[in-house]
Amino acid sequence: MDTLLDIFSSANFWAAAIRIATPLIFGVLGALLCERAGVLNLGIEGIFVAGAMAGWLAVYLGAGLWGGVLIAALAGAMFGLLHAFLTVILGLSQHVSGIGITLLATSASYFTYRTTLPDVSSPPRIIPYQPIAVPGLSDLPFLGPALFQQTLFTWLALALVALVAFVLYRTPLGLAIRAVGDNPASVEAQGLSVRGLRIGAVVIGSALMALGGAFLTMSAFDAFFFGMVNGRGWICIALVVFASWQPGKALLGALLFGAFDAFQIRLQAEIGQVVPGQVFLMMPYLLSILALVLVARKADYPRALLQPWTKGQRH
Amino acid sequence: MSLRLDPREHAPLPLRLLVSLLAGLVALLLVAIPVMAAGANPLDAYVLMAQGAFGSMFALSETLNRATPLILTGLAAAVAFRARLWNIGAEGQLYMGALAAVLVGSGFLQLPGPLAIPAIMLAGFLAGGLMMVIPAMLKLRFGADEVVITLLLNFVVILFIQMLIEGPLKDPLAMGWPQSVPLVAEARFDKLIPRLRMHWGLVIGLVAALILWLMVKRTVLGFEIKAVGENKAAARFAGIPVDATMLKVALISGGLAGLAGVGEVAGVKGYLSADLSPGFGYSGIVVAMLAGLSPIGSVLAAIFIAAVFVGADSMSRATGISNYLADLVVALSLLCVLVGSFFLRFRLRWQSRQEV
Amino acid sequence: MTEPNLLLSLTNITKRFGALVANDDISLDLREGEILALLGENGAGKTTLMNILFGHYVQDDGIVRVRTDAEGMTTLPPGSPGAALAAGVGMVHQHFTLAENLSGLDNIRLGTEALLSFGQRATARARIEKIIAVSGLEVDIDRRVADLTVGEKQRVEILKALYRDARVLILDEPTAVLTPQEAEGLFAVLRRLAANGLGVIFISHKLGEVLAVSHRIMVLRAGRKAGELTTAEADRRAIADLMVGKALAEVTRTPGSIGKALLEFDNVCLGKPSTRTALRQVSFKLRAGEIVGLAGISGNGQTTIAALLSGLAVPDRGTLRLYGQPMTMTSPRRLVEAGVARMPEDRQHDGVVGTMSVAENIAIEEVRSPELSRLGFLDRNAMRARAESAIAAYDVRCPGPDAEARLLSGGNVQKLILARVLEREPRIILANQPTRGLDIGAQAEVHRRIIAARDRGAAVLVISEDLDELFALADRFLVVHAGEVAEAGPADTLDRATIGLMMAGQSRTTEPLAQ
Repeated sequence: MDTLLDIFSSANFWAAAIRIATPLIFGVLGALLCERAGVLNLGIEGIFVAGAMAGWLAVYLGAGLWGGVLIAALAGAMFGLLHAFLTVILGLSQHVSGIGITLLATSASYFTYRTTLPDVSSPPRIIPYQPIAVPGLSDLPFLGPALFQQTLFTWLALALVALVAFVLYRTPLGLAIRAVGDNPASVEAQGLSVRGLRIGAVVIGSALMALGGAFLTMSAFDAFFFGMVNGRGWICIALVVFASWQPGKALLGALLFGAFDAFQIRLQAEIGQVVPGQVFLMMPYLLSILALVLVARKADYPRALLQPWTKGQRH
Repeated sequence: MSLRLDPREHAPLPLRLLVSLLAGLVALLLVAIPVMAAGANPLDAYVLMAQGAFGSMFALSETLNRATPLILTGLAAAVAFRARLWNIGAEGQLYMGALAAVLVGSGFLQLPGPLAIPAIMLAGFLAGGLMMVIPAMLKLRFGADEVVITLLLNFVVILFIQMLIEGPLKDPLAMGWPQSVPLVAEARFDKLIPRLRMHWGLVIGLVAALILWLMVKRTVLGFEIKAVGENKAAARFAGIPVDATMLKVALISGGLAGLAGVGEVAGVKGYLSADLSPGFGYSGIVVAMLAGLSPIGSVLAAIFIAAVFVGADSMSRATGISNYLADLVVALSLLCVLVGSFFLRFRLRWQSRQEV
Repeated sequence: MTEPNLLLSLTNITKRFGALVANDDISLDLREGEILALLGENGAGKTTLMNILFGHYVQDDGIVRVRTDAEGMTTLPPGSPGAALAAGVGMVHQHFTLAENLSGLDNIRLGTEALLSFGQRATARARIEKIIAVSGLEVDIDRRVADLTVGEKQRVEILKALYRDARVLILDEPTAVLTPQEAEGLFAVLRRLAANGLGVIFISHKLGEVLAVSHRIMVLRAGRKAGELTTAEADRRAIADLMVGKALAEVTRTPGSIGKALLEFDNVCLGKPSTRTALRQVSFKLRAGEIVGLAGISGNGQTTIAALLSGLAVPDRGTLRLYGQPMTMTSPRRLVEAGVARMPEDRQHDGVVGTMSVAENIAIEEVRSPELSRLGFLDRNAMRARAESAIAAYDVRCPGPDAEARLLSGGNVQKLILARVLEREPRIILANQPTRGLDIGAQAEVHRRIIAARDRGAAVLVISEDLDELFALADRFLVVHAGEVAEAGPADTLDRATIGLMMAGQSRTTEPLAQ
């Protein structure tokens, strides 16, 4: 029991939880935007990889950290545009297109990495984002040290939660996005473009997903590894359901998840001798499955999710 | 003049074949861009790929060897997608099938020789099937989305396998490598031709494709799967047992992926390791889509995808271009065939607009 | 007195869908303060015409002009709902175009404010409340649309148009979902709006309400304008002939001989009691040789009753007796095997698998029977033979047994379903909205088949929102309201007003019984 208490009362633990949660926050926000508009984006896993690779490579080639962020977002937006073209314009299967985008984005990233750096044996490093102190906040007891260890990239994620929530609930644009994911006919009948809204949401959402990947190579670590995304994208898709497609709950879900993951890492240090490490590594995936199963029945899916829309379509 | 779309009443077989062929072709043509970006001549690369895949008896054997698991994972995806059951977990099911083969066939159980192969196949089928029946039941019982669950289970399974082959199943004679104890000799598949790696798993894949084709065309189960996949509400209203049909599909689909794992263990490696499959489960999705979910088509599509992988490996050795080029071709094939399916649904027509 | 200003003018509109000419050279004018009824059978082209006007469809020929200012008329670009809205055309579709996850207020605001702004909720609310006060369209605009009744949703739809300063309001079959009394309320609102200068186009296939509310009537038939006249000079008989084109033989019906009860609902309860569709203590009997009509406004429990009779649901409490035996376990297949013919409410969605062939759709309920399969293998020849005889006997118009069912028209899909369920000579028949959306010829055909089955001794339950249909078919009436089913009595003792009151929830016993 002492051990548990030690873990939960340590600022380091919470700092780690927030760090683990950050890429998920980006991913869940991105998936949420897409799905609110009625489009499932299973390209997320590959877009994470693309964001991680593109952001890192841009910095490695001298673009600067914020340049890297921009490049990563652009890479994500590009794959989002492709997904939107296939699913919104052509009305093709969102499942298949998403899987295809994941395969394409992943292989394109790996190919580019290998082609740009054919001869490296160990992954080259960059100087990533550094933790920053926020005047005032960092001096808070307990919370201060937990937040003090975060980089600007994490603060960007938190700011985006507020921004996405504001846009969704406080602007006519958000109203239209929520409407188009529920009943596209309502949007068309009011003279707005169903396609325009959906394409926009998918492109922006995909850019956010790519930032989640970029966080991994530019803040959490300092290099690009094969397989480093490791299912984080899929976990985000489960978390969106868990979060009922609400940005606030998405933040909460990601933080809960981060806390659990940070906890299992520390637990592993404590009891790793008796329990194989893989048991701990399985936990995030099993937890996501459990979360999905628990909320699935009462989940309030956007009604038009997965439904293609053609102009002038009647029910 | 303006372009307009007319819905097609019917997409004839030659058109569907053409779309699949073109999808593969366009994907191959598109990778000329990354090949040039890598500083090579695309034409040379294509020739090297073709030689590497089909240029010799050895190359052909390698291609068919590679196609063997892809036929089975392709069939796994095809049968599930027909019922609109999104099984993206063939990778995990493949490993579970391989694990079951090792558990049954490595001497823990004393099996009479002739029974060894049927036993590992049955075990592999059931283990893979169970791995898909679980998410299918979660879908039916709790409404949980099977896409995400099967995807996540892939990661769980591979960790589970790693745990076992570094632990209780670890081969003490493998000089520290994390791999399982080997299958007994009676449980190994014979080679089809001496000194070539092609093995009887290929025949199993072909037979499975034939059985599935028969099921789709001629059986009540095939009829019911189609009805459930195309319109669940109407199928239920007409008295088709929708849930039971979904579970049967899950068992068959997961089982086929499990058989792919059995084949890799019994026909190629002889033991289980965590690098048994370089993504055969995911490539199976591409195979199924390229095949238009047709069982016979899956065989052809699997050979195509296998040729791309084997050819790209060989080309990569000769030119230094990364063999991730093969993954690019596979991904592009999927997207191209998806676009192609649009042209199966609609006909493009130029139409002159009348004066207003 | 000068003639009121022209608001809207359609000139020579033509629209083709493949070989079908949905609108053939139709012209139409609408003036301020006028209620124009667009009358015609299903499939006459009314909705197509209005969808062109509103920009959902692009016409092949012809122009749409709308008054945009005091000076004159502007031509609308084809295919642009945005342009139609901006020009002051508002449309209330038969299927509401509302986002159910938003409030009424947000649905009305949707698309009226700059997307990237802070929004004008308060201003919008004030304006909407004013419109409600003037028009009498009472509705709580802060509730989620999902929680509103159908009538309230319709009011939100009309408010949407008025909020955008519509000068022309198009209503597509607005009374289909209303009780006769609610419809009266709607007419009062429309008259009030017209008196303030709004032009209204009222689409309907019901002659009675058209005569009650409109100033002028235009009749469409088979895509062409069949006639145009002022309501004051309209003659019921003449308009009916214009609509139908030729005098159709009435479906004749002789009293049947009623036998014993084949199916009984005994105090059946099903569903969450808080919902309107939940059944409360429902008891009734279906007897051999009798057609029972179930009247009611949609969403009052009809779907639940149909689900029970289709084998898709079991009662929470109470008993369902089939041929005198309580049914404890049920499934669609058990009912099929027990001789229950079931026609689904939404025939395209629940009735056929569009991508399967006509033959497969005819066989689908009995594919496991020994006539159609052996040891799990299909007998394709037997399926084809059955389909061929069904196509001939029921006059299903299709390219052949192998054609995909999605290619069939609504009427032919219904004939396919009739062939599937009636060929077995069922003893009990559930006909749920049997002719919704069918043209008059197909309607008569379906009615004839249902009556023939009754004459053969089947017990029939007809569920319909169309009172005319029920009066044409039913020997006896039940009325469902808020999940309670009331016995209304033999058809010849009843009139529409009585049924209408019962549909609105008033008890039959408060009315004097007709002799």
